[in-house]
Amino acid sequence: MNIKKQFKEGLITNNPVLVQLIGMCATMAITTTLFNGVGMGLSVLIILTCCNVVVSAIRKIIPNEIRLAIFVVIIAGFVTIVDLLLQAYIPALSDALGVFIPLIVVNCIIIGRAEAFCQKNTVGASFFDGIFQGLGYTLVLIVMCVFRELVGSGRFGGGLIDITNGFRITMDGTGAGIQIFPSDFGATIMTLPFGGFITLGLLIAIMQYALKKSAKKKEAQEMAEKEGEE
Amino acid sequence: MLTNIISISLGAILINNFIFSQFLGCCPFLGCSSKVETATGMGLAVVFVMGLASAICWVIDQYLLVALHLEFLQTLAFILVIAALVQFVEMFLKKSVPSLYSALGIYLPLITTNCAVLGVVLLNVQNEYNFIESLVYGITGGLGFMLAIVLFASVRERTEFSDYPECFEGFPICLVSAGLLALAFMGFSGMQIF
Repeated sequence: MNIKKQFKEGLITNNPVLVQLIGMCATMAITTTLFNGVGMGLSVLIILTCCNVVVSAIRKIIPNEIRLAIFVVIIAGFVTIVDLLLQAYIPALSDALGVFIPLIVVNCIIIGRAEAFCQKNTVGASFFDGIFQGLGYTLVLIVMCVFRELVGSGRFGGGLIDITNGFRITMDGTGAGIQIFPSDFGATIMTLPFGGFITLGLLIAIMQYALKKSAKKKEAQEMAEKEGEE
Repeated sequence: MLTNIISISLGAILINNFIFSQFLGCCPFLGCSSKVETATGMGLAVVFVMGLASAICWVIDQYLLVALHLEFLQTLAFILVIAALVQFVEMFLKKSVPSLYSALGIYLPLITTNCAVLGVVLLNVQNEYNFIESLVYGITGGLGFMLAIVLFASVRERTEFSDYPECFEGFPICLVSAGLLALAFMGFSGMQIF
C-alpha cells in the first residue's frame, strides 16, 4: 500500500469522523476553542500511532480469542502515559479536556484501526495509517472549532493564539485569540451542546454531498471512456 | 444526605444529561436508536451496567488503588473492571434470564466501549463522591441516558417519513434532530437545585 493513497484515505475518502462515523463523542464535546481541538487531535494522533505500531508488531503472537482485551490494555497504557504527561506539562489542556482524555480509551477510532488495519498490515504501513488517520481526525476537530468559535463568539484561535504583543502561539491556553467581530454579535448557542450536534451534522452532510458528486463524476467519466472505446 | 441525593439525581437525569450536555455515550445513542424497542432495551442494559460499574469501581478505587497509591492505574483498572463486568452480566443473563439476553443481543457486549460507563466512573472519582452518591450517580446517569435514547428513537421513527435533502440521509439528519433535542434539554439548565 502506498503512502499517498493512505494520506488521501485518512484525510478525505476514509476520514474517521466524517466517513467512518466513529469517535464522535469527543468530537462534539470539546470543539469549543481551537486550543482544545488541536490538543485533543494531537493527543489522539500520538496515541493512535503508538498503538498501531505496537499492535501490528505483535499481531502474529496475539491469540485471536483474546485480541480485544489485549488491544484495550495496550490502548489504556498509552492513554495513561499521555494523560500523565499532559497533567505534568500542559495542565491547562488537561483541565480543559477533563474526562475526555482518559475516555480516549473507549474512542472507537483507535480500537477500530487496530482491528481493521493493524492486524493485517506491516509495522510501517500501520505507522503511517496512525499518522494520517490522526491527522484526519485533527483536521475535522480544527474545522469544527474554527466554525463554532467564529459563529459563537466572533473569535479565531482562542487559547492558542495571542496577538497582544505581536503574533505568538501560547501553549498554556491563555491566548485571547483574534477577535474578528464583537462577541456580543455571536450566536452563543453554537458554543453550547446544540452547536456541536448541528455543526457535525452539517459537516457530514457536506462530505456525503461531495463524495456522491465525485462518485457520479467518476461514473460519467467511465461511461464516456467506454463509449469512446466502442 | 437526602437533598444531596436528590440534587445528584436531578442533575444527572435532566440538567447535565449524559447525552445532551456532556456528550457521553453518543455512539450507542446514534447507533441503537432506530426503533423504540431496541432503544428501551439498550437503555435498561446501560442503567444496569452503569449502576453496577459505579459501585464496584468505587470499592476497587478506594480499597485497592488509593490504599496502595496506584491512582495512576485508574483508567486501566476501570476499563478492565467494566469489560469483565459486562462479560459476567452477559453470562449471568444467558443462564438465568434467557429472554432478556436474547432481547438485548449484540448491544450487551458493546456496552464495554460505551463512554458513558467509563465516563460515569471517572466522574465519580473526579467529584469525590462517596459510595452511595456514586451508586446514585451511576443509576440516575443511566436513567438520563435511557430517557434521551427513548425520546430520540421516537423522534427518529418520524424523521424516516419526512422529506429532507438527499445529502442529509443517515447520520446528518439524526445529528440535526439530536441537536434540536439538546436545545430542548437546555431549558433545564436554568434550574436551581436547593
